[in-house]
Amino acid sequence: MSVVIDIKHLNKKFGDHEVLKDVNFQVNKGEVVTLIGSSGSGKSTLLRCINLLETPTAGEIIYNGENILDDKHDIEKYRTHLGMVFQQFNLFNNLNVLANCTVGQQKVLKRDKVAAEETAMKFLQLVGMAQYKNAKPRHLSGGQKQRVAIARALSMNPDVMLFDEPTSALDPEMVGEVLKVMRTLASEGNTMLIVTHEMEFAREVSDRIVFMDKGVIVEEGHPDVVLLNPQHERTKEFLKRTLK
Amino acid sequence: MSFQSIWDIFINNWEVYLRGAYFALIIAVIGTIFGTLIGFFIGLMHTIPQRKKTVKTYILKVFNVLLTTYVEIFRGTPMMVQAMVVFYGLVSLDIEINRFLAACIVISLNTGAYMAEFVRGGIVSIDKGQFEAAQAIGMNHFKTMVHIVIPQVARNILPATGNQLVMNIKDSSVLSVISVVELFFTTNSIAGSTYRYFEAFFIACVLYFIMTFTVTRFLLLFEKKLDGPDSYKVELITGNKPKKEGV
Repeated sequence: MSVVIDIKHLNKKFGDHEVLKDVNFQVNKGEVVTLIGSSGSGKSTLLRCINLLETPTAGEIIYNGENILDDKHDIEKYRTHLGMVFQQFNLFNNLNVLANCTVGQQKVLKRDKVAAEETAMKFLQLVGMAQYKNAKPRHLSGGQKQRVAIARALSMNPDVMLFDEPTSALDPEMVGEVLKVMRTLASEGNTMLIVTHEMEFAREVSDRIVFMDKGVIVEEGHPDVVLLNPQHERTKEFLKRTLK
Repeated sequence: MSFQSIWDIFINNWEVYLRGAYFALIIAVIGTIFGTLIGFFIGLMHTIPQRKKTVKTYILKVFNVLLTTYVEIFRGTPMMVQAMVVFYGLVSLDIEINRFLAACIVISLNTGAYMAEFVRGGIVSIDKGQFEAAQAIGMNHFKTMVHIVIPQVARNILPATGNQLVMNIKDSSVLSVISVVELFFTTNSIAGSTYRYFEAFFIACVLYFIMTFTVTRFLLLFEKKLDGPDSYKVELITGNKPKKEGV
């Protein structure tokens, strides 16, 4: 398996508060990795550092052999290789569903309109939102918005999909529809890095689970090992609290 | 004083009145358009992120201080005085300037100073998530502004812009101090020649109100049209049955 993202000695401080402490971590091609841990453990910050929405204080992020934290690196170009799905969906409110999925392709990747719309429709169908292509975000439910947000990210044909608690802001009955789309993506061999509190889902789709606590990776491995037979005391405690 | 005397004055001077109203409206519209552009320019300059400390950000800071100074001065002084200072200032520098042009410049600069804060507020009020989403698909600050933020800000500040246009129609009257032939100026000359001050200015009052009221209604319609219908068309796509939601 080839390494897509290799994180070395990553540190992130907000003022004096150290959120990430010497994190070393890799994502391989085609792998589904889930980050778990209690809130404040640094898992979202780690995800946001990977596409530089947060600037790491120290360390290296190696993408395809290049350290993207080098001053000269083209951050905008690097970001097009990562698809990001946010907890709060963050659809562009001025654009309809289709335009949400084409604006990046046209304005950043410089694809022509026809090609961009074709790609967008392919992914909107995948997430089951094709028939809503003319709707504005304010017309959609949370679950529908999140599915469009997933299609928007996929439309850029990224190498890695990053999911930052994609179901945390949803009503319980809408969680299912989003997880279903994510299951499909996982089964199609997409490289995915997911931050979630959905333990059952994580166990089902992940190739590897990473448990974080207080800014460090405590334990990582196969889902069955981490979730059913954790080695560390902190992992055991966390799981006892969450899996009841 | 009677309805008849008001009517007589209007009938005898209607061309002059309409000319004055026309110029008041034109000055107000030009002032609002250029003022809004100035406002967007300043609002955008003030919201450029300054992460790294380079020479560029230093220059930007100095430039922004100058812009803030302009905003403070124009918001803090009466437009009537600004008009005098700009017009007679240019005259004393031996720069010949058309009175109409001077009026347009003063009202634009004045509007710009007010709009700058509306635009800045509009940009700040767009939720951070949309900026992040734009960044995440590889947009730089400029593209994010052009394709995502400005369209939303323009829509959100439309009521403020409309308000400014109404204010400008009314406030164009103070520009009569530099003898611009707008509605107040023409009314004043009609009043002076007929000695019918109440009648002359009552007509001006009605004309100002007709203009502001029409503009307000028109802007409300425009807002509704911009927002589009409350419903949307669900496209039926052959070969893609609408999926049942949920698992």
